[in-house]
Amino acid sequence: MNAGTRPCQWLFRRRCLLGALVASLLGGAAAHAADLEQTDLKFGFIKLTDMAPLAIAKEKGYFEDEGLDVTLEAQSNWKVLLDRVVSGEIDGAHMLAGQPIGATVGIGTRAEMVTPFSMDLNGNGITVATEVWELMKPHVPMEGGKPVHPIKADALRPVIDQFKADGRKFNLGMVFPLSTHNYELRYWLAAGGIHPGFYTDSDVTGQTDAEALISVTPPPQMPATLEAGTISGYCVGEPWNQQAVFKGIGVPVITDYEIWKNNPEKVFGVTKAWAEANPNTLRAVVKALIRAGMWLDADGNANRAEAAEILSRPEYVGADAAVIANSMTGTFEYEKGDKREVADFNVFFRYHATYPYYADAVWYLTQMRRWGQIGETKPDAWYDEVARKVYRPDIYMAAAKELIAEGKATAADFPPDGEDGYGAPRGEFIDGKPFDPRKPNEYIDSLAIGLKSK
Amino acid sequence: MLHIAINFCARAGLTWFVPWLRLAAGEDPSVQLRAILMTLGVPLLAIMAFVAVWNASAAGVQTSLGAIPSPAQVWEAAKGLAAEHVAERRKAEEFYRKQAVRNAELLAVDPKARIKERRWTGKATYLDQIATSLKTVFAGFVLASLVAVPLGLLCGLSSTVQAALNPLIQIFRPVSPLAWLPIVTLCVAAAYTRENEWLSKSFLTSAITVTLCSLWPTLINTAVGVASLDRDLINVTKMLRLSWHTKVLRIVLPSSMPYIFTGLRLSLGVGWMVLIAAEMLAQNPGLGKFVWDEFQSGGSESLGRIMVAVLTIGIIGFLLDRVMLTLQQMFSYQERSV
Repeated sequence: MNAGTRPCQWLFRRRCLLGALVASLLGGAAAHAADLEQTDLKFGFIKLTDMAPLAIAKEKGYFEDEGLDVTLEAQSNWKVLLDRVVSGEIDGAHMLAGQPIGATVGIGTRAEMVTPFSMDLNGNGITVATEVWELMKPHVPMEGGKPVHPIKADALRPVIDQFKADGRKFNLGMVFPLSTHNYELRYWLAAGGIHPGFYTDSDVTGQTDAEALISVTPPPQMPATLEAGTISGYCVGEPWNQQAVFKGIGVPVITDYEIWKNNPEKVFGVTKAWAEANPNTLRAVVKALIRAGMWLDADGNANRAEAAEILSRPEYVGADAAVIANSMTGTFEYEKGDKREVADFNVFFRYHATYPYYADAVWYLTQMRRWGQIGETKPDAWYDEVARKVYRPDIYMAAAKELIAEGKATAADFPPDGEDGYGAPRGEFIDGKPFDPRKPNEYIDSLAIGLKSK
Repeated sequence: MLHIAINFCARAGLTWFVPWLRLAAGEDPSVQLRAILMTLGVPLLAIMAFVAVWNASAAGVQTSLGAIPSPAQVWEAAKGLAAEHVAERRKAEEFYRKQAVRNAELLAVDPKARIKERRWTGKATYLDQIATSLKTVFAGFVLASLVAVPLGLLCGLSSTVQAALNPLIQIFRPVSPLAWLPIVTLCVAAAYTRENEWLSKSFLTSAITVTLCSLWPTLINTAVGVASLDRDLINVTKMLRLSWHTKVLRIVLPSSMPYIFTGLRLSLGVGWMVLIAAEMLAQNPGLGKFVWDEFQSGGSESLGRIMVAVLTIGIIGFLLDRVMLTLQQMFSYQERSV
């Protein structure tokens, strides 16, 4: 038809086409939305900077793009968070990498949990009180007047000996018995020849035979207890290490990036029952979180400053933007005034940070066995079995494929198809010990301090 | 007219207005002025003195963990919270308006189109949290009263029941809400499996914890009130051979009203205190959670906001007490003004 001579007809056809387009889009969207089992979701988190993927997925509309209405709710501590996910009050949460594993194995709250998404790598630090730092400093190798990092726990050994001689207990704090912080702190201490204590049937606090007594302290109380002298140091995520420096009460001595380069830190966990009842919803959630991780690491961390501003809002992390900005933008202040470049302090997508590798689960299981949280020796096959139950790279790859099909990501962003879950691109440990995830018992035996497999 | 107002105010517990009204009615001015000075002037002077001392000491306490917020900072924090509330409401309205427009457009093009009604998922504002706290405390308080008043009546009427229940009451009374919380959480999680949006588990856990801690004052006071009934009244009921329920409704309850209301007033006070602690751990989105979340944030504004919450909790507790006092004075036959 000649558009110039029959304007009414042309307009009519145009409107029909528009209607058809909208209807098909709607039909498409409706079909897509109809696939989701639930759209109203509530996720929990703890006020630490690495809840960033959740906050970004919400603020940048990635959840909305998937048709999800997500409420994010801060929880009071890790135990309450886990219990509420298990009881169904919240659908999923920002969790410590050890929590879904520990829960499935039966340490603490027992529940079958799965995780299809690793939220980040690195992000923790160990801070000691100013008094302890002054005692450590003479034993720390210096270069040009500044300490050489990484500082091994060998420098802490004389301090602990002095405390023992004075008849004082050396107390350290961490956030949860199944936390990455607990295992990293123990690894660092053990690598320096300091015994961090065992968990036994009768001792659930993990202080048997300990030279350094480790206990649980909630992160916001850490600066206060550090100042009061109740603890002499703590291992925690950001912003609490930088808070100690800002307030002049402690000195971070090492970051977990230096203890184990690019170690897995937090995961997004749901109960197995929820995952089985809501597979499409879970996949949509993982898609949104992958996009959030990509945004956070895009263009060489160009978006991190904006992320720090978002996180400083009271409904997310709430700490001052200046405190959060340090670590988020790749610097870390050790002693006051001693800022170093730690570009990978928080990694949200690079190095396949979001892929849930079985190897990561196996490492956490070996540490749980090393310190006695797992009561007896298990065969290598058991480690693999538990890892496959809890970590779900299949859900992750399904979400990744959908993103690639929608053009929002490329195949190069993700591990290759043949990935068997054991090819984690992780770095070295501070003591240089090699880790073969297919031989967990051999690894446990190779570590000097810790329970052995025989 | 004024005299009716004066009587109403005096009976309703709004005793502050009484001197003003009497002054307006032209009654003895010097007496009224002195009354005004006592009820309004002196408290205001004391509050101003307190604020001055607070201001001075806030500047003095500077620790590495932070400084105590001064009155000015607390005022700023309060304004900030109010502004956040307004901004959040505006965002919600904007969202719903845009959604309505979008849906209308879709329906205009194709009446059979499937439209989506999405819920606003913004954060709960400070006023929302106050409302949640009030709802929870009332739920817990009503439940406590429903349990405590009948039990108290039984205890007061029968010395056998009193002897039986007394040890249990004395043992459970001193238990802190934080000690009850894990057990209550367990029971609620086990019993209430299909969660309803209107009745969340955290709400139930907090309300039941409030009940467990606040039913004791009402229970004990009711028992005491019933037990201290005038012997003559008891004899009258025996003589008239009144039925059991007439005795309770016509004689026992009315004469022990003052005690019951004192108990209810105490219970509400205790319940409000317990609620804040229970919310912190049960994660009910009220004032307790607000304080705990601000503590976890550790920002430089956080202490100021926590102080605002402290003052809010105090003022609301005071208002709740006043409301109970008013109810008490309306229901009792004696003149009481505390």
